[in-house]
Amino acid sequence: MGIISSGFHGKRRTGNAAIPPGQHETGTFPVLTAGPAPYVARADWEFFITTEAGQRHAWSWDAFMALPQVDIRTDIHCVTSWSKLGTSWRGVSLDTLFEDVETASEFTTAHSYGGYTTNVPLRDLLGGKAWVAWEFDGEPLERAHGGPARLLVPHLYLWKSAKWINGIELMREDIPGFWESNGYHMHGDPWREERYS
Amino acid sequence: MSTLWRVAEVVSGVPESETSRTIGLRVDGLNGSLAGQHIDIRLTADDGYTAVRSYSVATAGMDEILEITVDELTDGEVSPYLVRDLMVGDQLEIRGPVGGWFVWRPTDTNTVQLIAGGSGIVPLMSMIRAHEASENPSPFRLLYSLKSPEAGFYREELLTLSRESPKLTVDYVYTRKVPPGWAGAPKRLTAETLLATVLPAEAGPDIFICGQTMFVETVAGWLVQAGYPATSIKTERFGGTGGLR
Repeated sequence: MGIISSGFHGKRRTGNAAIPPGQHETGTFPVLTAGPAPYVARADWEFFITTEAGQRHAWSWDAFMALPQVDIRTDIHCVTSWSKLGTSWRGVSLDTLFEDVETASEFTTAHSYGGYTTNVPLRDLLGGKAWVAWEFDGEPLERAHGGPARLLVPHLYLWKSAKWINGIELMREDIPGFWESNGYHMHGDPWREERYS
Repeated sequence: MSTLWRVAEVVSGVPESETSRTIGLRVDGLNGSLAGQHIDIRLTADDGYTAVRSYSVATAGMDEILEITVDELTDGEVSPYLVRDLMVGDQLEIRGPVGGWFVWRPTDTNTVQLIAGGSGIVPLMSMIRAHEASENPSPFRLLYSLKSPEAGFYREELLTLSRESPKLTVDYVYTRKVPPGWAGAPKRLTAETLLATVLPAEAGPDIFICGQTMFVETVAGWLVQAGYPATSIKTERFGGTGGLR
């Protein structure tokens, strides 16, 4: 047990098994971004996957929307210590997007419009664990939250769920992305409190 | 390592406004910090319940001492304790300082435009202080949007600096109440006021914006539309919500 703060009682809003250590629940949806939110029109949007062998798979917005769409209900956890429980999303599973992709890579870099990057191990993207989401709470994803579409990897801290997602690059090595180069953890599991490097 | 919790002793506590306080912490083994970084603070109740929150560092670079300024949030869990109950001599735990993005280093050579909404001034003040303490001659300009003069943090220090520092200019926008002798009525910050006040895009400033989410989104959006490169703008948002969710 740490240093006791005499007179501190807290609000006990946690005590919920769905909330990882060091997190507290929020009813709002805070926005955390390194810079201004980019504008990306659906007509200009594209999602790509490139392999280590140089093969490129790409979907326009229409092609992406023609893929099987799934509803996702999940908790999300931000490294700044808020968690939001029971959020509703709609999007395409990364399993669907990777169906025709041949790779031996274990690592990826997610690329966003605006230049943001984040590294995510491939095993954390496949197996029903990650989506490209374009709808939140039944509405098109707001630009501030990553619209037209963002990566959603809810079992990792939210900085891995790259907003304004543009594509996934398969990597031979685990290369730190934007926040990972700025002091954040290479993996980011909230249950292990993998916050900082 | 920044991931370890360390014991900090409270060495000072000075009110900044009716709802806020600057707290000085001595952290054994702290080897300075960068202007713009933040720390996590962990409070533990006597039954082991803990709460963790992040706070920007207000004064950086002073070896084993750092300062934070905490604004009390209505219905907050941690901030009322830090503003009202924590006493000099008390101990708490901190982690950090962390962050390598929303920071200013004395070796940075660009001119700098700082834009603060309310308590968003805190990390920007650490940049101003580090700049003043350095030999770095690049001009700094601060635009500080406030509800009222009383809500402002570091009032005397900013007043003195804006009078005496050859390398800092301070501009204010008052949204609800203006100080005595102020020309004009309170008004919200507009794109026109913003663009007329900040360093021009041609000067190539590095821009740091900190405040509530909607404030930061709005201001950053105006700057991008006016031709400031998005890559020159760094933002830090807190407290508010994006939309109504």
